[in-house]
Amino acid sequence: MNDRPATYDLPDARGHFGPYGGIFVAETLVHALDELAMAYARYRTDPEFVAELKDEFAHFVGRPSPIYHARRWSEVLGGAQIYFKREDLNHTGAHKINNTIGQAMLARRMGKPRVIAETGAGQHGVATATVAARYGMSCVVYMGSEDIKRQASNVYRMKLLGATVSPVESGSRTLKDALNEAMRDWATNVADTFYIIGTVAGPHPYPMMVRDFQAIIGQECIEQMPQMVGRQPDYVVACVGGGSNAMGIFHPYIPFPDVQLVGVEAAGEGIDTGRHSASLSAGTPGVLHGNRTYLLQNSDGQIIETHSISAGLDYPGVGPEHAWLKDSARASYESATDSEALEAFHTCCRLEGIIPALESSHALAYAARLARDLPRDKVILVNLSGRGDKDMPTVAERSGMVV
Amino acid sequence: MSRISTVFERLRAAERKALIPYVTAGDPDIGSSLDILHAMVSSGADILEIGVPFSDPIADGPVIQRAGERALKNGVGLVDVLSLVRSFRLTNSETAVVLMGYANPIEAMGRERFIAAAAQAGVDGLIVVDYPPEESAEFAAAVRAAGLDLIFLLAPTSTRARIEQVARLASGYIYYVSLAGVTGAGHLDLADVLSHLEVIREFTTIPVGVGFGIRDGATARAICSIADAAIIGSRIIQEVEADPAHAAARVGHFLADVRAAMDAVVTTAP
Repeated sequence: MNDRPATYDLPDARGHFGPYGGIFVAETLVHALDELAMAYARYRTDPEFVAELKDEFAHFVGRPSPIYHARRWSEVLGGAQIYFKREDLNHTGAHKINNTIGQAMLARRMGKPRVIAETGAGQHGVATATVAARYGMSCVVYMGSEDIKRQASNVYRMKLLGATVSPVESGSRTLKDALNEAMRDWATNVADTFYIIGTVAGPHPYPMMVRDFQAIIGQECIEQMPQMVGRQPDYVVACVGGGSNAMGIFHPYIPFPDVQLVGVEAAGEGIDTGRHSASLSAGTPGVLHGNRTYLLQNSDGQIIETHSISAGLDYPGVGPEHAWLKDSARASYESATDSEALEAFHTCCRLEGIIPALESSHALAYAARLARDLPRDKVILVNLSGRGDKDMPTVAERSGMVV
Repeated sequence: MSRISTVFERLRAAERKALIPYVTAGDPDIGSSLDILHAMVSSGADILEIGVPFSDPIADGPVIQRAGERALKNGVGLVDVLSLVRSFRLTNSETAVVLMGYANPIEAMGRERFIAAAAQAGVDGLIVVDYPPEESAEFAAAVRAAGLDLIFLLAPTSTRARIEQVARLASGYIYYVSLAGVTGAGHLDLADVLSHLEVIREFTTIPVGVGFGIRDGATARAICSIADAAIIGSRIIQEVEADPAHAAARVGHFLADVRAAMDAVVTTAP
């Protein structure tokens, strides 16, 4: 594959990561995206903005999040040492808040009093409702009616925070349909509305902007790992649905050639069953939701319904920068099935006293598989992107229980 | 001269405006779509916009999205839409046909292959909703080389710089979206539309059609007092939805009224 560039400065001015990314939207959204790109370009390096973000990270989110050595699990596996980046300890229980804080701060500066969001597992919806409450903005969260059933407690959290949860009944009634609906809302109400996209997908500048806000994860790791283990890790492992937690931890590590980056997609019931969400592993390039990337689609170019036990990974596309990292071989992409993720979920609960999100459990499953075959002095850093409290009903149902 | 330009020439000579109805192919089924197309022509349509179903139509409102979902349930894709046009062309060589849809089905077929197949089927123009000018220079060149028109959308939020950029690439006609938002929403502000059309006409002489928000003869007539064409979409799908078994007759009846209202316009030569 291609040699890596010595300096990594993607995307280009129109949001391209090689052939991926870009701005593929109807004319009605072009002006809104231009306005957003200009505002972001202005504030991303503005000292006052940067200082406020840092302050919010410290006092509202609870950053830096610690790194934790999963000693017992590493011991049982008998191979490499596994460390967790504890994004599950952030306020609201996942990495999503890193991004919603940043975008809400931008919305305020752009004079938009209303924010909207799409959500799958509900984590991004909760993180958006949280910052809307924090800044006194009105908030509408679009959520597929299928996901509303799967994630009742997050729906209730959003309502407690003052957000309106708007059920989406079209298409597969999951994350992608919620995203469609949010785009429509934005096109109609663009004058007073800021659309807070939750992942590194969508039209430019979203993939870049969300990545930049999430990059705090990897930036902290680069400082923390030498303090913990005296060096950077050999592997950085993260789950990939849209790919925001993975981009957040990967991006600062791109210039470190000795650090292998591994994204873990949801193989659902198995890649060969067709019931999965592994766009990079099993998809083909196409155009969806404003950007060119790998998609799960049929031969007619229709997006197909995806499956994963974790609502947050149940998405037929993936951020365009991941598509580029895959093609350029700077990152590799693996997958874990529903069962493997569940097994890792239970192991993590029992051995480490941490209940991980089902999304993060996919990364844990792959890390455990990887660790077994590596020598004991190798270091695997897993982004534990969220906590699993929201997943109690799903996990209990799998075990034949009701909570 | 392209069939679309010929249509506008003919209309200009007759001091009439173009009626451009939209229908989603495959709703309620592909056989009915052919009947609907012919019924629209009989009722005075000049150019037909045929919607290509897509699973994620982010620029469309609920009415057109539902039509797309019904068509997809019938298994109708881009290949079937092209055969629909071939069938239509067996008995009609005058009415211009424009395919309107999203980029992904085209990319899945392969852009070159699609353009060749569309030209061969008798398609005259293309609207690819999510191919803005920046992303479509190569595509636009290939479309032009095949003798097809590439039609672009402009919106109330389009800046002068944007209008100039679109005007350079556009051919056939320009589709002015009269409202912010998605298809089938809101109401029409004529003075506002007029002010935007004036700006567009500073940059291009090709005809400008107005769509989004035209729902009856009165709104079509009003639009045609300032634009070159009235484009009607969601309102037609509602006729199809109301009585799928008699969709062609209902659409034909509805459009005949619109046509009559439009032709009541006294057009003044520029």
